Formats: sequence, structure tokens, C-alpha cells
Amino acid sequence: MSVLDRLDRLDRRWIFLAMFVAVAAPILYIGVTGRTLPEKVTSTSRAVYEAIEATPEGSRVLFAFDFDPASAGELQPMATDLMRHCAARKLRIVCIALWPLGNNLAEETIANVIGADFPHMRDGVDFVNLGFQSGQQQVMTVLTTNFRKGFPVDERGRDTADLPILQGVKTVADFPLLVDVGAGYPGAKEWVQYVVTGLKGSMRMVAGTTGVSTPQLFPYYPDQLAGILAGIKGAAEYEMLVNEGLGGAPAAKYMEAQRRMGPQLSGHLLLVGLIVLGNVIHFRRSRGGQA
Amino acid sequence: MTRQRLTWLVLVVLFAGLLAWRGFTGHGLGRVYVERGEVSLARERAPADAPAASVPRWRSVPVEQAEVRWTTWSKVPPKAHFEAEARDPGQDRVVLSWPRTIGLWVAAFLTLAIFSFLYADNPAYRFTEAVVVGVSAAYWMVVGFWDVVVPKLLATLMPETVQAMVQPTLKIPQFSPWWPETWDTASDAFDPWLQQWGAMALALLLGLMLMWRLLPRGGWIAGWPLAFIVGVTAGRRMVTQVESDLMEQAASTMQSVVPTAQGLSAWDWAWAALPGVLVLVGVVCCLCYFLFSVQHRGVVGGAARVGVWYLMITFGAAFGFTVMGRIALLADRVEFLFDDWLWIIDPNHLRG
Repeated sequence: MSVLDRLDRLDRRWIFLAMFVAVAAPILYIGVTGRTLPEKVTSTSRAVYEAIEATPEGSRVLFAFDFDPASAGELQPMATDLMRHCAARKLRIVCIALWPLGNNLAEETIANVIGADFPHMRDGVDFVNLGFQSGQQQVMTVLTTNFRKGFPVDERGRDTADLPILQGVKTVADFPLLVDVGAGYPGAKEWVQYVVTGLKGSMRMVAGTTGVSTPQLFPYYPDQLAGILAGIKGAAEYEMLVNEGLGGAPAAKYMEAQRRMGPQLSGHLLLVGLIVLGNVIHFRRSRGGQA
Repeated sequence: MTRQRLTWLVLVVLFAGLLAWRGFTGHGLGRVYVERGEVSLARERAPADAPAASVPRWRSVPVEQAEVRWTTWSKVPPKAHFEAEARDPGQDRVVLSWPRTIGLWVAAFLTLAIFSFLYADNPAYRFTEAVVVGVSAAYWMVVGFWDVVVPKLLATLMPETVQAMVQPTLKIPQFSPWWPETWDTASDAFDPWLQQWGAMALALLLGLMLMWRLLPRGGWIAGWPLAFIVGVTAGRRMVTQVESDLMEQAASTMQSVVPTAQGLSAWDWAWAALPGVLVLVGVVCCLCYFLFSVQHRGVVGGAARVGVWYLMITFGAAFGFTVMGRIALLADRVEFLFDDWLWIIDPNHLRG
């Protein structure tokens, strides 16, 4: 039996094991050494960075947490870096969630970023978490006509009419920038369809999305979406830009996306190798009349 | 003993050995620590003109002035416990949390149980699958009740009851037919109340009709709310889809063909126009592929073949993104096992 025949009959569980090793080995290596790979920044990730840089200091930014722990492996590093960038740019951050567990992730992100590294920011003045609101895209539609109706109270039960950060906000159009970290429905696509397109350019939007949902969003770039963080790769690129822009040695929690690129490299190399090998076997068998 | 059982046995023994080794070296295995905090509150004095039914406001006060106080436990990194113990052995401010530690170990077990399916179907996987499905269904039911039924439906239909029983911060509307105090003070609030109340009463009616299908007779009644849902959804989506996914996309496709930058050389101009041209060609060719009322011959056939290439490249890119997403999720789980549970790596310096 030739090598190709043996590979053709290979138990698929060896492939699962190989993928586990390909992912686990870099995690161990990076976890022990702390070394990460350099990233080449793509235009969509740079556009997110520039959109936030271009937003004037003190502006309000609407930050939507439209994901849950099932996709936190991809999206939480983005949410952390986006919030850090907004806080460092002295933007006033208004968090909302259209996914029930997005609210918990918003609280966690606020504690990890603002609570830990921007303690001077005041709750209700410089940032606020308005919590989860049910209704999916209906909430978005309500926000375009009456923001307070969509979120009458914040996460702590305070009347949003009394919050200094929301003084003067009548509709969602009063936010110059919308940041959405979304895993699916409702998420970035719905924000574009129901809110951003109708506002005709008065509000810019950037989105961080899972790898699975990113291809659907590329057609909206750059007219309807100012920038996209495409999966963990986009997160790593953006993270590098933010770390370079803010200077100094970043804390380990601000290197999470770049650490995750090690397993990506080895996992993709393995997958590409398997695809090539599978094709070689297939064409060899076809030539031998066995297909 | 079959080969499969032997493999399972070897895997379990190997893993138990790894756990035992980790348990007796370094800081040991995954544990969760919490820090104790105290909350002490007192009621603020209400303004003289505040309505009798207004909700009292609370403020933080020193412990001795507190009307209400309780203890909070917030998660802290393990190194906070190690440092606290080094300063004051036996301290009880930063302590081990048994419930959270058990939760961590349960999470690790469930992760491994799901992974075990990759080797072969087994009872641990089936148990975990049932737990995930059951917990998800129960969670969504609770979210639906407390985030939709109570605050949206019941709070509109019977606000006084909801305020008294479950949501003390709920604002009572200016007008309520069941609250005589509001009858003579808010005549202009009647119309907004009626709109809101009527909408929610209709929603309740449609919801009850939808559940009619659970009864043995009259299942057709559930068809009416379904028709309402489908009709409203289609109508609402059509407007936004046409605007954002048809008109805007068509305009962007055409505009992107001609570069707007000034002062470009012929070569730079052509290079800048290339992406837009490729997009335009792709759109036209893909549309040709889906044009079934004309035979795919000649120019249309050639365009359709180019369209197939565009589609294949698109599917390939989508597959690549999917692979990236799945590897990221796998990496997240593996990092959880190595970092949070086994304490083999410490990328965030939480333990020292």
C-alpha cells in the first residue's frame, strides 16, 4: 500500500488530533514566552482606527454589544480594544446591548478597561451602560425617532433623562459614531439597514464582526460602513494600531487578539496542507481510473 | 477489551496523571478567588413636593448610619489572594470561592465532554449536549418573561401591580383608568395611554391566539397572528432592504468605477479604477448566471461562466473566514483549559 493510499484511508480522528495540536502548541508557546506575530494592517481595519481618531474629543459614541459568550473568543478582544481606544480618545461612551448576554459582556468590558485603566471617567457623565433592550431591530427603529423611548432607564435603573451624558440626545442621529461588535442577528447588518442608511451620512458606523458574518458586510464598506474588523485577524490588526498609537508597553489584556493569531497561523497552514493533500490524492486516483 | 475502550482508558489515565501532576506543582490547579465588599445605604430625605407614591432614593453612607447593608463578593485574580496571604496569613478578605471554583471545573468538564465527540459518541457528550439544549431553552424562556412580558406587556396593561410586585422603579403613566387620582389631572395624556395600552392589548390577544394551536380544536385561529407577523415583517423589511441593499448598493457600484481623485497619471487612474471595474463586471456576470429566462450561450453564456468564477471566489473567501472564526473559538476554549483551569500558562499575569 502506497503512502497516498494510506493517507486516503486515514482515520479522520488523526486530523482532529493534528488540528488540536496545531492550535494548542502556539497557545502554549505564546503563553509561556509572550511573543506574538507582527500583523500587516488591512484597509478595513485601518479605517476603523481612523474613524475613531477622526471623531472629535468629547463626542458621544454609541457602543452596541450584540454578541454573547459563544462568540466572545473572537469578539471580546475587539470590544476591549475599541473601548480602550474610545476612552483614550476621551470620547463619551454609551453602551447598549440588543443581545441579552451582551449586557453582561458590556459590564465586564467596562470594568476591565474603564474601571481598571481610566478611573477618572465618571459613570453617567463620561460613560454609561444602558443595558439590554428586547425587540431587536424594532429597538433600532425606535432609537431613530426617540432615543429615550428605546432606553428609558439605564442598567442601574436611573432615568436616562437625568443622565448628563445623554443631555441633548433626542435620537440616535445625535451620536456622530456608532461602534457595533456583533455576532449575527441583530447586529451590524441590521444597524446598517435600519439606522445608518436612513441617516444619510450624518452618523458613521464601524463594526467588529465574526469571521462567519463578515463576508455579508463587505459590500457596505466604505459608503455605509466606515470600517470593519474582520474576525480575529481584524481584531489583531486593530489592536496593533491602537497599541502603537497609544505608545508604551501595553498590558497583557490588550494583546489578546495578537496572541490568538499564533493558533490561526498553524491551524491555517495545517488546513491548507490538508486541502492540497486531499486534492493530490483525488487527482492521482482520478488518473488511475479509481474516482 | 475492545480497541476503543482501551483508547478511552489510556486517555483518561493520561489526563488523570496530568491533573495530579499539576495539582502538586506550582500554584496547583484552577481556583477562583473573591474579595469581600460591604454596601451600606440610607434613604435620602424626599423633597417636600414629591408625590406620595414616589420611589425613595438611596445613598451610600458609613456602616454605622446604614439602614440597609449587605456583603458583596467580587472576583479577583489569584495573585490578589497570594499577596493578601503573604501580608496577613489567615486573612478572610480575599478568599477561595467554592461555588465559582466548582463552576470552573464543571465548565472544564463540559468542554472536554463536547470535545470527546470528536473521538466517538459517548454518554458524557450526550449528557452535555442535553444540558446545553435544556439550559439554553430555559434561559431564553426566562429572558422572554422578564425582559418582554413583564416590562413591556404587563407594565403597560397593569402598571400599578407591576410596580408594587416586581419593578419598584417603574414610572406610573400620567393617566390610568384604574387609578382615580390621575383622572382629572391628565386629560391630554389619555390618547398616548390609549395608543400604548391598545397596542399591548392587541399584542396580548395575538399572543393568546398564537398559543391556540396547543389546544386540540381551532388550530386555524393561530394562523391569523402568524399572518400578521409575516405581513408586518415582510412590509418592514422590504422598505429597508430596497433602500440599503438595492439602491445604495447600486449607486455605490456605479460610483466606484470612476476614481474621484484629482491629478492622477493615466496608469494611476487605471489602477485606481480597477477595483470598481472588477466589482461592476462581477455584479453583471453574476446576474447573468442567475438569468434563467435566457439560454446561457454566446455573450450571456460567457458572462455566466465568469459569474461562476466570481461566485466560487466569494464562497472560498467565506469558507476562509469561517475557518478563521472556528479556529478562534477553538483557541479560546484551549486557552481556557490551559490558563483558567490547568494553570499551565498565564498570559494575563493573573497569578504572579
